[in-house]
Amino acid sequence: MSTAAETDHHSETLKALTSALGDTGYETVRFRDNFRIYVSSDKVFEALQVLKSICGFSQLSELGATDYLKYPGRTGPRFEVHYCLLNMNRRERVVVKTGVDDPEPTLPSAVQLWRGADWMEREVFDMYGIRFQGHPDLRRILMPDEFAAYPLRKDYPLRGRGERHNFPRLTRGES
Amino acid sequence: MPVNLLDEPELDAGTSAEEYHWTLNFGPQHPATHTTLRIVLELDGERIVKATPHIGYLHSGFEKLGEHLNFNQYVTIADRKNYISPPYNEIAWHNAVEKILDIELTERCKYIRVIIGELSRISDHLLCTGAAALDLGGFTAFLYAFNQRELIYDVYEEMSGYRFHPGYTRVGGVLYDFNDKVLDRIAKVMKSLPPALRDVEKLLFRNKIFLDRTRGVGVLTRAEAIDFSVTGPLARASGVTYDIRKDEPYLAYPEFEFDVPFATEGDCYARFQVRFEEIRQSLRIIEQAIRKLPGGPVNVPISEKYPLPDKGTAYNSMEGLIQHFELIMPNRGMESPKNEIYAAVEAPNGELGYYLVTDGSQIAWRTRTRPPSFIHFAVFPHIIKDHLLADIVAVLGSLNIIAAELDR
Repeated sequence: MSTAAETDHHSETLKALTSALGDTGYETVRFRDNFRIYVSSDKVFEALQVLKSICGFSQLSELGATDYLKYPGRTGPRFEVHYCLLNMNRRERVVVKTGVDDPEPTLPSAVQLWRGADWMEREVFDMYGIRFQGHPDLRRILMPDEFAAYPLRKDYPLRGRGERHNFPRLTRGES
Repeated sequence: MPVNLLDEPELDAGTSAEEYHWTLNFGPQHPATHTTLRIVLELDGERIVKATPHIGYLHSGFEKLGEHLNFNQYVTIADRKNYISPPYNEIAWHNAVEKILDIELTERCKYIRVIIGELSRISDHLLCTGAAALDLGGFTAFLYAFNQRELIYDVYEEMSGYRFHPGYTRVGGVLYDFNDKVLDRIAKVMKSLPPALRDVEKLLFRNKIFLDRTRGVGVLTRAEAIDFSVTGPLARASGVTYDIRKDEPYLAYPEFEFDVPFATEGDCYARFQVRFEEIRQSLRIIEQAIRKLPGGPVNVPISEKYPLPDKGTAYNSMEGLIQHFELIMPNRGMESPKNEIYAAVEAPNGELGYYLVTDGSQIAWRTRTRPPSFIHFAVFPHIIKDHLLADIVAVLGSLNIIAAELDR
């Protein structure tokens, strides 16, 4: 559904990105009403900074990750992190995507740009083990601190690895 | 053992103020949390110096389950995220699925989804305001609000057979079409709600205790609201006028007249006022939708290969039987593109989005939820700072944190 009007909708964003990253610094994909911008992990912070300060994407509406291990026809890196940005004045949304690979996947943190990224990055770390450099407080958020695995990875089984049965149990006498 | 106050060290005896801070554990089981969430508080007397939330007590792997259930099965899980307004969660989930499959709903289905969605918005705001009143000592307002929610549950029961988790939407349509009894029950809600709203409003918004407990408490400025990704009634109480229903319309919303209420104070009181005004606007939308409810089929035609045929079609026609078989047998089912999409709707609590990745089958590769409760609770340590211990109850109530959605 990419009509002429929709192409115009994102043209200013594209212009600003091209002047900051160069023609080859990013790739775009249009699908339905979504507009995705792929950047490499070393340029992602720069791209986000440009989108926030120059293009006016004042809100980070969503941040999450996907594990593409054994995704049919996949050749790129194993994980991808997405940043859904919203420009409220132009009612424009873009999705910035960047790939990171095993071992020790690491990305720069976006907390400096949007404070809303704080908990969402912690959740990505908790579920996928992707580390965000520069995050003020990167701890597990949903799983217990002593949990060793990353449960949303595709090689982690749905029913777990028996962690639940081995939780330390305090009796009334010990407490 | 009695405490000897004379033995307490004096504050100015060469020690820093931090040594006099004390730590208090709030939750996970506390009447004001309504479910399970835990906050560790660092207090200076009764003043909160630092609040550290510890969440995850209700984590149930809902996103992992989404990678093992098909598009229609997952609606039961979507229901259980924000269980105060299940229909809107279903709408959000199937909105994302229908967007990635490129299904255009029938007019009647769009209207029906708007009606149940707005009913659930009313029920959500009633519970939020009622429960906050309960925590702040206003038991009567809580009962008045709950009485009306009961009537909304009657509508759910009649339309789907389930009171609490209707599981009503399906890919390309809904479970059953509306019948006259459903419309009767909606008419009953429409009739009894306005006087009840007036009652609750009088009980709360002119009540000195309620005003003192909520005015100027938990202030969130407009710039902070945007920076912290806050959406929905919370952001609108801080002066952000963005509403996805108006600004990026979906379903049949462009066809209705309604206003987007907002306030600029950004405190707890403004949040409750915005929620109350939203109930009024939802009533306006439902009234128009019922009046203009179009006829015709509610599901997309079975030739599109997405909706489950109803019983009559499955038993009495060859196409219906084939379609039923194709969708139900585990080695068949719908086909999806190998692609991904972010689709968001304006749920009662704020922007409820799904980042959906599909791999060609009818089971999603990834179902990332953008849960408003999770994002709103991240703001809590910031806005509760320097408030008194008792204000926690007022602020938690105004944020409307639903732990099932928070922890998923």
